Amino acid sequence: MFFGIEWDTSSNLAFALSILPILLIGLWVTIQATVLGFFIALILGLVLATLKSAPTRLISWPAKAITEFIRDTPLLVQLFFLYYVLPDYGIVLPAFLTGALALGVQYSAYTSEVYRAGLEAVAKGQHEAARALNLPSPRTFTHVILPQAIPRIIPALGNYLVSIMKDVPVLSVVTVLEMLNVATIIGDRTFNYLIPLSMVGGLYLILTLLASSGVRYIDVHLPKRGLSLK
Amino acid sequence: MSEPIIKFDKVVKRFGDLTVLDELDFQVEQGEKVTIIGPSGSGKSTVLRVLMTLEKINEGVVYIGGEPLWHESRNGKLHEASEAHLRKMRNQMGMVFQQFNLFPHMTVLRNLTEAPVRVLGMSKADVRQRGEELLDLVGLSDQKDKYPHQLSGGQQQRVGIARALAMRPRIMLFDEPTSALDPELVGEVLNVIRRLAKEHDLTMLLVTHEMHFAQQISDRVCFFDKGKIKEQGTPEELFKAPKEARTQEFLKAVLNPD
Repeated sequence: MFFGIEWDTSSNLAFALSILPILLIGLWVTIQATVLGFFIALILGLVLATLKSAPTRLISWPAKAITEFIRDTPLLVQLFFLYYVLPDYGIVLPAFLTGALALGVQYSAYTSEVYRAGLEAVAKGQHEAARALNLPSPRTFTHVILPQAIPRIIPALGNYLVSIMKDVPVLSVVTVLEMLNVATIIGDRTFNYLIPLSMVGGLYLILTLLASSGVRYIDVHLPKRGLSLK
Repeated sequence: MSEPIIKFDKVVKRFGDLTVLDELDFQVEQGEKVTIIGPSGSGKSTVLRVLMTLEKINEGVVYIGGEPLWHESRNGKLHEASEAHLRKMRNQMGMVFQQFNLFPHMTVLRNLTEAPVRVLGMSKADVRQRGEELLDLVGLSDQKDKYPHQLSGGQQQRVGIARALAMRPRIMLFDEPTSALDPELVGEVLNVIRRLAKEHDLTMLLVTHEMHFAQQISDRVCFFDKGKIKEQGTPEELFKAPKEARTQEFLKAVLNPD
């Protein structure tokens, strides 16, 4: 029994069907961790990208160093660090939040590069035309550069959403009851790992395919020349 | 003689070790149509880009209507100009780019109205009306709701010209406006510029490789070489009887490429 749900070991099919609701509870945690981690990565990435493009090196250099550090250290190390070290400094977060935060921090390094690359991909001539027309810089950013950068940024961000989802099982090592953790606990108790782990794989496959096709759909339907202004 | 509207006083512009403008002295009178010709790398586009404040200068002073462009005078000394000063000076100029540089996500009319609404503080209705008049002037009034990519290169460049005019500049800068166009589309753009030159008292500064066109519209033609004016004069003088050997050589190469 797990989460108050009994399993039926009379046949493989009956077992699979009986643990499906348990795995779906784990799946729901996986989705929550993905969404929260992605949200943190979006915001923190934007902050990092802004700092990295700051005119003074006093700000941009540390931001670049932080990005590089985050990118070059494993997610698991960062997760353990947050989980075991933060409480020493009086910051005690639930495992789920710690996990989502670790995912968010790790991926903020990537999203910040996505923002930067998207903004830099807008042709130089666009900046020059705006300058020649004397458009104020904030207006140039919001109405000339951003509308052209967003269609480049969104598909790349979507790909990282899928990556975050596939990294959520790492959180099982700090006791977050996401789908993989739930499946191994079922395995521990029933001595049948094959079926729960296969089901995790299958559910992940479905989830990833759905998310990827969603990203592709958005990619295809985004206006390539920028969000149109009439 | 009145104050020249554009004056370069010993202007130096370097890109790294490369000197693009070499102590350039250059003047344009109010309402004058001046064409700059010369080999690539001679600094002719840089003159326009310096005027449009897209490139900083290293030495010397550029004056627009007697006022320093890249400098502000405080306590009788020249200091580097503030962004506010550059904004004020920039308002007097409009630029047409080789690659058009239209805003691809805006309709044709929006390309023309975006800046005037924001910068000149005109009402939307006035700006739209003015935009439609300008599209009429360049022969594109039926294209106002299209996006740039739906137009031919020649049409896009005509929009580029209308967009620059929408800011009511005193000086129009044309940076090789037909170089990126298919040969059969060059004529429609040149016709628009020719009309502008005839019917308006705009000061026009044009960098081009279209020698016959330069001959037709210019009051004066300047031959640039190695960041300096090697020779200048009326189209007659420069094209029919160039004095400098370097000018003769260049004209021979571009006029009779075979």
